[in-house]
Amino acid sequence: MEKYKLAFYWASSCGGCEVAVLDIHENILKVIEIADILFWPVALDFKYKDVEAMKDNHIDVCFFNGAIRMSEQEHLAHLLRKKSKIMVAFGACACHGSIPGLANFFYRDEVMNRAYLETPSTVNPENILPQEVTKVKEGEITIPEFYDTVHTLGQTVKVDYFVPGCPPVPDQIMTLVEALIKKELPPEGSVIAGDKTLCDTCERLREEKIVPQFKRLVEVIPNNEKCFLEEGIICCGPATRSGCGNRCINANQPCRGCFGPAPEIHDQGAKLLSAIASISSINEEERVGEFVNSIPDPAGYFYRFTLPYSMLKRKLIREEKK
Amino acid sequence: MVFEPKIVGFLCNWCSYAGADLAGTSRMTYAPNVRPIRVMCSGRVDPTFVIKAFLEGADGVLVAGCHPPSDCHYQEGNLKTMRRIPLLKKMLKQMGIEEGRLRLEWVSASEGAKWARVVNEFTEQVRTLGPLNWKVPQPKGGKH
Ligand code: SF4
Ligand code: SF4
Ligand code: SF4
Ligand code: FES
Repeated sequence: MEKYKLAFYWASSCGGCEVAVLDIHENILKVIEIADILFWPVALDFKYKDVEAMKDNHIDVCFFNGAIRMSEQEHLAHLLRKKSKIMVAFGACACHGSIPGLANFFYRDEVMNRAYLETPSTVNPENILPQEVTKVKEGEITIPEFYDTVHTLGQTVKVDYFVPGCPPVPDQIMTLVEALIKKELPPEGSVIAGDKTLCDTCERLREEKIVPQFKRLVEVIPNNEKCFLEEGIICCGPATRSGCGNRCINANQPCRGCFGPAPEIHDQGAKLLSAIASISSINEEERVGEFVNSIPDPAGYFYRFTLPYSMLKRKLIREEKK
Repeated sequence: MVFEPKIVGFLCNWCSYAGADLAGTSRMTYAPNVRPIRVMCSGRVDPTFVIKAFLEGADGVLVAGCHPPSDCHYQEGNLKTMRRIPLLKKMLKQMGIEEGRLRLEWVSASEGAKWARVVNEFTEQVRTLGPLNWKVPQPKGGKH
């Protein structure tokens, strides 16, 4: 059998997804048996021009993790798409924007100022900010453009499979590997994860379905058996796709929603908002403020992993300064 | 030229739509800025409806239902709305959409005059806020 040709790339990512590939442990030997790795910047020395020199569709499967936040990443997404038969959005960042996507609550200059000027650990007396073009005596030096808006991979190029999770779990990786071995690929556009909500797969005790008061996790010690929501701790289970093996729940932590919206749910944050408002037991109009105040950061909490993928995608775009 | 805000109104079938109807049959004149959409219950107004309205060009969204606690035809739909809309306002504010662009009102079938007043007030309020102009960000297609 001719070996599969694989590529791995990281865009705006934390690197966790690169490591997650190794979580399949000895199964990595199965992968090596069926595949050669042509491009993997984190581990092997390749140049972009090596990719550029490839024929179109030369790579069989490209595992692309990370969101698209800079021009270089966008360029590589297009280049790798052209060179790959199958493009896999690997991890929450590539699928939904995830943590890097939270920058969509801010504008480019706010991010820059925070990172290079305002953080207490920064020493930058001359207030130097990165410039796309710098003139030096030898000529011009350029660096990639830093965009105002973080996008998902699917918004940038056509994606064949989505593997959500921050990071994905070994089961998902092996599902894809086995499919490649058997040459029985799932339909294009499939999400490689569960097809229910996390709640549907959760074994915690559910009784009342009404909550007198929501609390932040720091204010309570969660009970080991009861449903988090019923204890008043926000759990993203009702709007989140299953398939992670309930890893947070089993560690006595509420779900934060990293697998993204469950099937049939368009907008994870809006769905969560709706669900949380539905189960509050506050029925007096004068007390609605109490309910609202008990959730200090609804957008941050409900869109923690999916802001760029959501309907609104980001904070209002400012009018261009004239 | 004065700015004429576009407002999407979600009115529940049993109270508020009937109230708006009464305003019409009583020949009250009031601002024409609300495009009414009839829903069975205010509790049916999913947050995505409101978001979609803003995305597609609304400058304001008005949700109207039966008076709490007990006028809702489906018993508790209005109570859910009563909690949902304020939380949605808070969330939309984080996205840069002013709280004043979303309004929740209770209008019964007999309150034609209240409906007319609410529409007039809200229209002025959104007019003062100006156009929302929501733009969906697009990838730039940039080259490195
Ligand atoms: S999905 Fe999570 S683990 Fe993977 S790169 Fe993004 S932040 Fe890191
Ligand atoms: S809300 Fe969380 S704890 Fe409760 S059933 Fe759903 S996943 Fe389990
Ligand atoms: S429980 Fe939720 S946050 Fe935790 S891994 Fe699963 S989907 Fe992600
Ligand atoms: S029927 Fe009017 S609010 Fe439910």
